[in-house]
This record gives sequence, C-alpha cells and structure tokens, in this order.
Amino acid sequence: MASNSGYDKYKSDGSLKGNLLEWFDARFPATSLWRGHLAEYYAPKNFNFWYFFGSLAMVVLAIQIVTGIFLVMFYKPDASLNANGVPVAFASVEYIMRDVNWGWLIRYMHSTGASAFFVVVYLHMFRGMLYGSYRKPRELIWVFGMLIFLVLMAEAFMGYLLPWGQMSFWGAQVIVNLFSAIPFVGEPLSIWIRGDYVIGDATLNRFFSFHVIAIPLALLGLVAAHIMALHEVGSNNPDGIEIKKNVDANGIPLDGIPFHPYYTVKDIVGVVVFLILFFGVVFFAPEGGGYFLEYNNFFPADPLKTPPHIAPVWYFTPSYSILRSMVWPVFGLEAKFWGVVAMGASVVVIAFLPWLDRSPVKSIRYRGPIYKSFLTAFVIAFLTLGYFGTQPPSPVGEVVSQICSLIYFSFFLLMPWYSKIDKCKPEPERVTFK
Amino acid sequence: MKADIMKRFLLALLFVPLTVLAAGTAVHLDKAPDVQGDRAALQNGARLFVNYCLNCHGMSFVRYNRLTELGLTEQQIKDNLMFTAEKIGEPMRIAARASDQKQWFGVTPPDLSLVARARASADGSGADWLYTYLRSFYQDDKRPTGWNNTLFANVGMPHVLWELQGIQNLNHETQKLGISQSGQLAPAEFDKQIADLVGFLVWAGEPAAGFRKQLGFGVLAFLVILFGVSYALKKEYWRDVKKH
Repeated sequence: MASNSGYDKYKSDGSLKGNLLEWFDARFPATSLWRGHLAEYYAPKNFNFWYFFGSLAMVVLAIQIVTGIFLVMFYKPDASLNANGVPVAFASVEYIMRDVNWGWLIRYMHSTGASAFFVVVYLHMFRGMLYGSYRKPRELIWVFGMLIFLVLMAEAFMGYLLPWGQMSFWGAQVIVNLFSAIPFVGEPLSIWIRGDYVIGDATLNRFFSFHVIAIPLALLGLVAAHIMALHEVGSNNPDGIEIKKNVDANGIPLDGIPFHPYYTVKDIVGVVVFLILFFGVVFFAPEGGGYFLEYNNFFPADPLKTPPHIAPVWYFTPSYSILRSMVWPVFGLEAKFWGVVAMGASVVVIAFLPWLDRSPVKSIRYRGPIYKSFLTAFVIAFLTLGYFGTQPPSPVGEVVSQICSLIYFSFFLLMPWYSKIDKCKPEPERVTFK
Repeated sequence: MKADIMKRFLLALLFVPLTVLAAGTAVHLDKAPDVQGDRAALQNGARLFVNYCLNCHGMSFVRYNRLTELGLTEQQIKDNLMFTAEKIGEPMRIAARASDQKQWFGVTPPDLSLVARARASADGSGADWLYTYLRSFYQDDKRPTGWNNTLFANVGMPHVLWELQGIQNLNHETQKLGISQSGQLAPAEFDKQIADLVGFLVWAGEPAAGFRKQLGFGVLAFLVILFGVSYALKKEYWRDVKKH
C-alpha cells in the first residue's frame, strides 16, 4: 500500500498504532507544516537589525486584532447624540477610557498599535529596498506586501473615523471628497462611498463594518500569501545572494540555519525591545505629542465647525504632501484630480520595483554610488514630504513638496536607467557573517 | 434640505485655506503650574469647578464618585460638591438644555470632560491654554456679555470669575491687560486658584493618567528583565552557529 496515505497508521481493528501526533498527522499536515515553515525552513544566518520588522509586523497585527476584539465589545458606531448632547460613538470611546476595567489600556494599545504598525511596515519595506528583497524570484512576495500596505492604509483610514472626533470627521470628509475629483463618476462615487451627502451615521457604520470584518479578513489572507510565497523561494539576506546556490550533501544551504530555534529566539529579543518602546508610548505618551492621537480629536465631531487645520495622521503625511503638491489643472481637469492621481501613483509605483531595478546586484552593500545617492535623496524627500504633510499649507512648503515629489518619482521612474549604469562591486560567494 | 447642508459644507470648505493661514501665527501661552501631585489643589479645583463652571458646562464623562480618587469620601462629595438631586454614581451633568443655552449665549457651552486634552496644540499643553484663557478676560462694552478675551477673541462666555479677579482692561496700544478694579483676590492668589481649577480639568481629562504612569514603571521594569533573559537565551542558542 502507498505509505503516504497514512492508513498504515492503524491496526486492523481501526485503532491507532502510534501516538496522538501520528494520529493527527494522518489527518492534518501538523508535522510537515511545522517542519516546512519553522524547524526545517532554512534562513540565511546573516540577518541583521533590519530583519526584525517582519516578525514585529505580525506581533502588531496580533495586538491590533486582540485589542480590537475587546474594543468592539464596548464601542458603538452611532453618530446620533446621547442625552448629554455628545455623539454616542464618541461617548462610547470615553466610556471605554473611563468606566470599562482596563479599557484605557486596551484602547491606548490599539491607538498606539496603529502608529506602530506603520513604523514597522515602513521599516520592513525599506529593508526590502536596501537589500533588493523584491528582486527575482521574490517579486510576488513584494506584490503581496504592497497589497498588504494598501489594505493597511484603508484599515487605518476607516478606523480613524470611529472615535468620531473632529479630526475623524473632517479627515474622512477631505479624503472621501477626493473621489469627487474623478471626472464624470466622481460625485456619485463619493456619495456612494459615504452613503450620504455628508459623512454621517451611514458612513460611520459602513467604515466600522469594513474596519472590523472585511479589511482584517483580507489582511490575514494576504499575510498568509506573503509568508507562503516567502517560504516557497526562501529569504533574501543583507548580501543579496542566494544561499541555495551552496548546499551540503543533504541539500541544506551551507549558510542557512533552521528558523526554529535560531530565529525564534532571536526574534523574541526583537519583540521584547519593541514592547519596551511600544509600552513606553502606551504608558507615558499615548498621545504621541499629538501625532498618534490628534488633540483636536478630543472634540466630538461637529459638522458645522470646520477645524482651522485638518491634518492626516503622521503615517499618511508623505502621500498627503504629494497630493497637495499638484496645483496645476491640466487637460481641463482640476488640480485636485491630478493630486489624487499622483498620490495613488506614489503608492502603486512601489509595487513595480522588481521590474524597474536592472542592477546586476541586489544588496546596497555592492551597489554603486549612483544608486546610493538616489536612495539617500529618496529617503530625505520622503521624510520631508512627511514633515510638510503635518503642516498647514504654505508657499515654501508647496515648492519644497513639489521638488520632493519629483525626487520621489524620479527614484522609481529613472531606476531602469541609473541602476544599470551604476558601478557595482562584486558579490561574495558566501554570506558575510561575523 | 440636503442640498442646503451640502452648500453649507462647501462654503465651510471654502474657508479652510483662509483659516489655515490665520492659524499660522504662534500664540503665546503662559505655562500652567503642574498640580497633579497635589491633592489639596485638585480638591480646591473641584470646588471651584462645581461652584463656577458646572452651572453651564457639564462634565458628562466624570461620575461624582470618581472624585474619591482625589482623596475625598463619598460623604464629603455629597455634602460639599453636589448641589442637585443627582446620585453619587451619576455623571456631573447640568440641568440647562443645550438648545436654551444656544439661545442665551449664541453657542452651547461645551462639555468640559476633555477640554484639557482637546486644547493642547503645538503652542502648549491644554493646561497652558486654559490657564492663559481663564486669566485673559477683559471688559469690552461691544460684546453682549460685556466681556472679551485676548486668547479667544469674541468668546461667548462672560468672565465668570470676575468677582475673584476684579476687572481687567485691555490697552489697545500695548495689547497688555491691566486690572482697573481689584477683586476679592490679589493677582497671585487668583493665579493660584486658576492653576488649581486647571489642574482639576487636566485630571478630569484622563482620571486614570496617574495610575497609568505608575503601572508603566512596573511594566517597563518587567520588560527590561525579560530582555535580559531573552538575550541570554538567544546567546546560548547562537553559540552553535559557526562562522563557516
């Protein structure tokens, strides 16, 4: 009989020959999953600091899901006013903060977790850019990752409406209004998204539904796809060379080590350091200086009172600056439309990195001066765009944002040319490990 | 009806860029003394709040019995801070209807539960804003209440604490405030009362804040120890990993 069917695990009377694990393995690939993804998944031994952020993103995802489950038990997506004249949704958040046992901790972990998510994801993406992790054969990992990033942005945006404060309301108002800039379908589209002519109870309820069910489902599926694709081709490393080229007699990479226990124990150290920083914010600066929880959002949403300065949360500010930098109406379409196009393009273009990069090497360690200069300029432009996105519009900010947007797009669109002509150093045969 | 609301919105959005420019100038705020560790000051702040503020402004997210965290017994709260028929577990609400208040003042006085958090900005903390605001009222016959404010121009609220502070006037040339008729308290004493009141509003903004910080030290201490253990574990395992 075919031994891989698992039926030979049984005695003739149908009872189990071996132990419980064998019984399980005959019905579910428990041991083979464990081996394939952890105990016998060989990762390069030269991972450095930048390789903590993938596992940290998973930790933050877990924090967000668990705290989110508890928040939903008490939060009420209801824009109507309570007996004290306060919107029910806003009041329910304060109820969590004041009357629910440990509610303040759960809520601060969730609000800090949102910012932490973007911190680790931005650093995780930057790691990919540093070491060319998106290059063949890892293009799909990168594309799945970009989809995760897009979905994460939607998750954060919709979640930000839920506290129903002034910034929640007016931020959503500004962003949903952007859709109205699309020719012909824009106006009905924005009404369709809101479910109303203005941000209202219908909007709040659908954003709640998307935030707690639809988007997290998509997120979990994409994370699974991201990891499955990664474990199919194997991890890149800071040298950007393939460890599978040098294998021993058993086909195990010479520079590979089993993910478990080596990287599990290492990642635990990373998680603890992360938690020290994370809880440092949660316990001592949950407002994050007005960047994690915007001060104006402690005022309940008031549709008749526009705040003087509507700023998105910090993680959207680079995109927001790119949006604002487009001030020219072209082809008979208003500037706002081109702003939306530029903002969308600024995210989508990242997904094309695997096909834009023509360098013979992957890692920054062996790249030439041209790529290094472009990457440095890109990072500076990105941070500058982020800064001006937090500021009220100004003539100086506009010009600087326009220059930085140009640098941002040049980094990507000129890459097929400059990455090819750059003077690269030779890659080593084996990974660098000290 | 809906089109009307839409128009109002578009009009409001139209003014966004203008108001943004206006917001560009930094405002000078006086630094509010920190009284969070001073229970007597916070109790005094609570006393001032229920006597002077709680007639028009509610504090609907704070229950009366939460004031026990300021070192008061429930009986003390009932005897000294509760003037209505409310029960000790109920929130600090007001009897006035919002619609009536809107008619009287032109604007509904906001709930003050979160005012100390909401008023924070790049210019200073919410406490600094409140401390400056409450000391910046001046006599202005052009206003319906007879009062105006240098920090919050054309504010709807009259100077409720004028009996304590006296009457301030604004010198329009120097833009400085000066007391023209002294009140029950000397300026330094008045400032102390305002500091206590602001301290109470800061406490009310997040009553758990003190406990939060206290707990934070314990959590971080635990995590630092956990870091030592996890780092030792990592070192032990990674001894196997050879250079070649």
